[in-house]
Amino acid sequence: MHADKVADTEKLAKAIRVEPSAAREMVRFDKVVKRFGDNVVLRELDFHVRPGERITLIGPSGSGKTTILRLLMTIEKADGGKIHVDGECLTHSNRGGREVPADEKHIRTVRKKIGMVFQQFNLFPNMKVLRNVAEAPVHCLGLSRGEAEARATELLELVGLGAKLDAYPSQLSGGQQQRVAIARALAMQPKVLCLDEVTSALDPELVAEVLDVLRNIAASTDITMLCVTHEMKFARDVSDRVLMFDQGQIVEEAAPDKLFTQPEHQRTRTFLRALLEEH
Amino acid sequence: MIWDWDYTWDILPDLLRGLVVTVQATLVGSVVAMVLGLVFALLRRSRATPVRVVTGAVVEFIRSTPLLVQLYFLFFVLPSLGITLSGFLAGVIGLGVHYATYTSEVYRAGIEGVPRGQWEAATALNLPTSRVWRSVILPQAIPRVLPALGNYVIAMFKETPLLSAITVLEMLAVAKGLGSQTFRYLEPLTLVGLLFLLVSLPASLTVRRLERRYAR
Ligand SMILES: Nc1ncnc2c1ncn2[C@@H]1O[C@H](COP(=O)(O)OP(=O)(O)OP(=O)(O)O)[C@@H](O)[C@H]1O
Ligand SMILES: [Mg+2]
Repeated sequence: MHADKVADTEKLAKAIRVEPSAAREMVRFDKVVKRFGDNVVLRELDFHVRPGERITLIGPSGSGKTTILRLLMTIEKADGGKIHVDGECLTHSNRGGREVPADEKHIRTVRKKIGMVFQQFNLFPNMKVLRNVAEAPVHCLGLSRGEAEARATELLELVGLGAKLDAYPSQLSGGQQQRVAIARALAMQPKVLCLDEVTSALDPELVAEVLDVLRNIAASTDITMLCVTHEMKFARDVSDRVLMFDQGQIVEEAAPDKLFTQPEHQRTRTFLRALLEEH
Repeated sequence: MIWDWDYTWDILPDLLRGLVVTVQATLVGSVVAMVLGLVFALLRRSRATPVRVVTGAVVEFIRSTPLLVQLYFLFFVLPSLGITLSGFLAGVIGLGVHYATYTSEVYRAGIEGVPRGQWEAATALNLPTSRVWRSVILPQAIPRVLPALGNYVIAMFKETPLLSAITVLEMLAVAKGLGSQTFRYLEPLTLVGLLFLLVSLPASLTVRRLERRYAR
């Protein structure tokens, strides 16, 4: 299964240029509220992520982890509060000195800084692998088709898929598809990468190849990562900080070694124990 | 009344010329229905509520009134408003617009069949909406609805005799003319039926094949 070679760190660092950030906080949630009907999922949530920081979000099902990433990716709209990315407000813009809800144009400019990889890959099945990765850079970064494809090729080689440029997603294994999805997100040169349970839909033997790619990216770039995962080993290796969520609130947060070995809250302890039993 | 073969061979060329008109009307009408149906489907998803409501009302109105009435309107009423259309032009517009209300439903189903994750991935890549439609949504939605669209083309083909009511010399009009000249209707009308069958049967089989290809 591991015929695909894993890229070396230097090449990755060069291919994935993450522009340095002047902001002190790369992501900031400010009293963010999110409801689905009567279900209040996030109740004035505050947290922030520093540039280059890797955080892992854990917590029981329904605690709002996915919702947080989707709010940041602007797939969902917040019902209250503000979200800042790299010093810019994502949810509001300034019109004549007054703060108004952000319009599509404003959202598009801030959204450029964010990328996301989904649990279900969500590759475009009508496009070959190369075009999946090159399409957005052509239309959103203004690259020529040739430039975009050259860069897409490079990225795909770095995730070990240099031989699959002309395949359709349906011809790939889940692990390969997810690596394409990672390359596709990176091709837009985001400063923040959201990863929502990116190995949960994979057969167990395919999990490692995807996590290896992510480890490499984490080791060789300054990209800020928000990661929802149940892979405790990966979370420990990669993340600087783990946030434990329950019912849309942060129960506790700490460095992974601390949180996984000496959790302070009963809620965290039960959650981690249940997780261990599952695996 | 016995089948007259000599008469049959005499009238066949005229009927075939009628068939050509029938096929032309179907093809042009189909193009109108395909394009306008897609426009209707997209307008009904517009973010602007008035656009959605007006389009919905127009589509509902056209779908709920008989095609023949619409053809009469185009051919007999529009001239009094200063717009004179040939029978053929009025016919293909009438057919196309009427069937566009059906094809718009087909497109709608196809568009809704594209998983939400595709929209979400496109958002995550910051693709502009118009680009999402062209590169992601429609290329996935349209192949799946080709069989349904094909069925409407065949249905339209079988409705073209209505155009005889607005002076278009399609196959049925030709047959009626021949019959009234010779007082023999058996051969021309039988031939009309056979010729319709000859075209629509292979067409149906093709659609059936498409259905199997895209059935998943
Ligand atoms: N589109 C939606 N419509 C209605 N309710 C939703 C929607 N998306 C999420 N929810 C609700 O919001 C809450 C939080 O969901 P979310 O998906 O963020 O949880 P999660 O922490 O990611 O859970 P899991 O570990 O199962 O993925 C849940 O109660 C869920 O039912
Ligand atoms: Mg989730």
